[in-house]
Amino acid sequence: MRIPFSYSLRNLWTRRLTTILTASGMALVVFVFTTILMLAQGLQQTLVETGSYDNVIVIRKGSGSEVQSWIDRAQSSIVETDPLVATGTDGKPLVSKELIVLIGLPKKDTDRISNVTIRGIKESSLSLRPQVKLIRGRMPRMGSTEIAVGTSIAKRFKGADLGGELRFGMRLWRIVGIFDAGNTGFSSEIWGDVEQLMPAFRRPVFSSMIFRISDPSQFDALKKRIETDPRLTQEVKRETRYYLEQSEMMAKFLRILGISLTLIFSMGAIIGAMITMYAAVANRTSEIGTLRALGFERKSILVSFLIEALLLGLCGGVTGLFFASFMQLVTVSTVNFQTFSELAFRFSLTPDITVKALFFAIVMGFVGGVLPAIRAAHMNIVEALRTK
Amino acid sequence: MHILKILFKNAFRHKLRTGLTILSITIAILAFGLLRTVIGAWYAGVEASSAYRLVTRNAVSIIFSLPLSYKEKIRQVDGVATVSYGNWFGGIYIDEKNFFANFAVDAKTYFDLYKEYAINDAEKAAFLRDRKSFVAGRKLASRFGWKIGDTVVLKGTIFPGNWEFVMRGIYRGKEPNTDETVFVFHWDYLNETLKKNASTRADQVGFYMIGIKDPSQAVRVTHDIDGLFRNSFAETLTETEKAFTLGFVAMSDTIITAIRLVSFVVIIIILAVVANTVAMSVRERTNEYAVFKTLGFGGWRIAGLIFGESLVITLMGCAFGVAATFPAAAAFGKAMGAYFPVFSVEMETVWLDAAFSLIVGLLAAIVPTYRSLRISIADGLRMVE
Repeated sequence: MRIPFSYSLRNLWTRRLTTILTASGMALVVFVFTTILMLAQGLQQTLVETGSYDNVIVIRKGSGSEVQSWIDRAQSSIVETDPLVATGTDGKPLVSKELIVLIGLPKKDTDRISNVTIRGIKESSLSLRPQVKLIRGRMPRMGSTEIAVGTSIAKRFKGADLGGELRFGMRLWRIVGIFDAGNTGFSSEIWGDVEQLMPAFRRPVFSSMIFRISDPSQFDALKKRIETDPRLTQEVKRETRYYLEQSEMMAKFLRILGISLTLIFSMGAIIGAMITMYAAVANRTSEIGTLRALGFERKSILVSFLIEALLLGLCGGVTGLFFASFMQLVTVSTVNFQTFSELAFRFSLTPDITVKALFFAIVMGFVGGVLPAIRAAHMNIVEALRTK
Repeated sequence: MHILKILFKNAFRHKLRTGLTILSITIAILAFGLLRTVIGAWYAGVEASSAYRLVTRNAVSIIFSLPLSYKEKIRQVDGVATVSYGNWFGGIYIDEKNFFANFAVDAKTYFDLYKEYAINDAEKAAFLRDRKSFVAGRKLASRFGWKIGDTVVLKGTIFPGNWEFVMRGIYRGKEPNTDETVFVFHWDYLNETLKKNASTRADQVGFYMIGIKDPSQAVRVTHDIDGLFRNSFAETLTETEKAFTLGFVAMSDTIITAIRLVSFVVIIIILAVVANTVAMSVRERTNEYAVFKTLGFGGWRIAGLIFGESLVITLMGCAFGVAATFPAAAAFGKAMGAYFPVFSVEMETVWLDAAFSLIVGLLAAIVPTYRSLRISIADGLRMVE
């Protein structure tokens, strides 16, 4: 026969102070666990959404990122003429040869210099990236020292708002537009005409090339053709894959950090649950004896106490998740070690993380409750009834 | 003395419960200590920087280089003793996971400027003689088992190709916080290869390291150096070595702040656990305290008993935790030596451990004390568990 569920529930309610203290310890662990996973997820999501599946990026072999990559004019022309390069509505090929450099700009709040990505663009850059939308002003005119900045840059950096001027490469650059690229890495970039930026930074070569592939199923053939061409020293990647790799190291670092931290912390919370459950068993010794005398089996007692412990864990888990979900409103920015530049991103809560956090909380409850529950189940009826 | 005895007896009336509570405090203190040590290790490079050195780099950002011709101009600035230069090479040894810092440096001046890197004269002479040679720190050499005369190949990320080097020396740190994981080789080797393969990138250095005669003149010297190159193709930014290193550390300040916040969360978790234990003990002893009150013991004595018991538990946990922090940090430092060249527990951490245990012990006892003082004698005697 099973002991009713409400028995476990009411036991928790009767010992409110203890329940709240134990559950809040677990809630904190779950909170830390969830926020760190959300951070890693947010970083990865930001970078993955930055790329699109139909776009192909060409970078120098072994360079790892656009910043260290180069492709000279002759090589870029060879790639440009590949038959798989898609044509835009205006009849021109959808290719953009770009320059990526980092410059240091002072932040608004702390005045500290942080690295910002500058991207030299061509006319087609915008149409290759439908996620980038101009929200104020206009795009920079080709052939002029005008630039447009992403929303995260405009918000975080000094003098980087519309109408402002930035000084780099021995010139003044006027900000004529602000673009929003949603939750992607482009929001943390500055865009200007590549043919103006290259001489300003004295770079004779492009950094990378991006183009739309006309038939995505032919990607492997394209990759083979470009990478085996003896005139080229570049490699080809889908843009989604490229940006995923950019976030891998950092996201992995955050995940390992988060999981090892929460494992240590959870030991504290599990011990808390264990103390609570042992006390619950000890205080109810005669009650357990009575239940056993009434005919409830050892198994039912075990299950009942386990359920109590699991409920405790669930309480903690739900509370922790509730508070962690507010973290979604926060935007953080950090330097991505792989690209060495500032990137702004949000905490992102996914169903997957929710399930993991709840599961983690229940496991904590279980580990904390299993030993006390076994002790309860193994009590001798007569001795248990005799205790006061 | 009696009071201490009764506190211990009370605390250990439930051996299992108290033991578990102490264990959880031990874990928390250990975690807190390790986290603080990790943060400390992050700043180790800043601590180790010398006031006698300045770093000059391109003002646009660190990825831009400076012409080699600046060297002689910088040397002429008043107050400058030595000028050395180098490039971040960014080479990969076999796999990206084997990360370590590798620099192309001016061999002749490097060890004169970095006096804390101790290398014996024979090895130094051998290094200077062989252009394809390198010198590694003691920890780095033992990490990969390199011996003098071994050939090591690095894959260039910034400078493409496979680069072969022969080990000619191992340096040791003179100070406990000196980084012993650096790999340095001849800048001339890099430059000559670039002249052949990519001549536009030759004769460019990543940064100048400048030794000055008098640290109090540092500000004037930085202004003088930057003034020399204002409005040139490559404007410079000169900082003290400390500021330069701090700039790198500051890039990860979001993560450091997060770790810092999280290290306080563990204290709060433990507060909940201890408060729970104390609340339970006090609740079980409601009868006893009522008897005490009947016998004429004042409220402050009962409060003293509860606070004392709570403190006995937290301070014991703290003692165990602090004792465990040192071996744990040593083991962790050994395992993570690649990422944290310097890893040692600061005295400040131990003081903070003690302070937090004290605070947790006091906070945990507040509510139970309040409750047991408020209850009337008759209610206390009547209460049945």
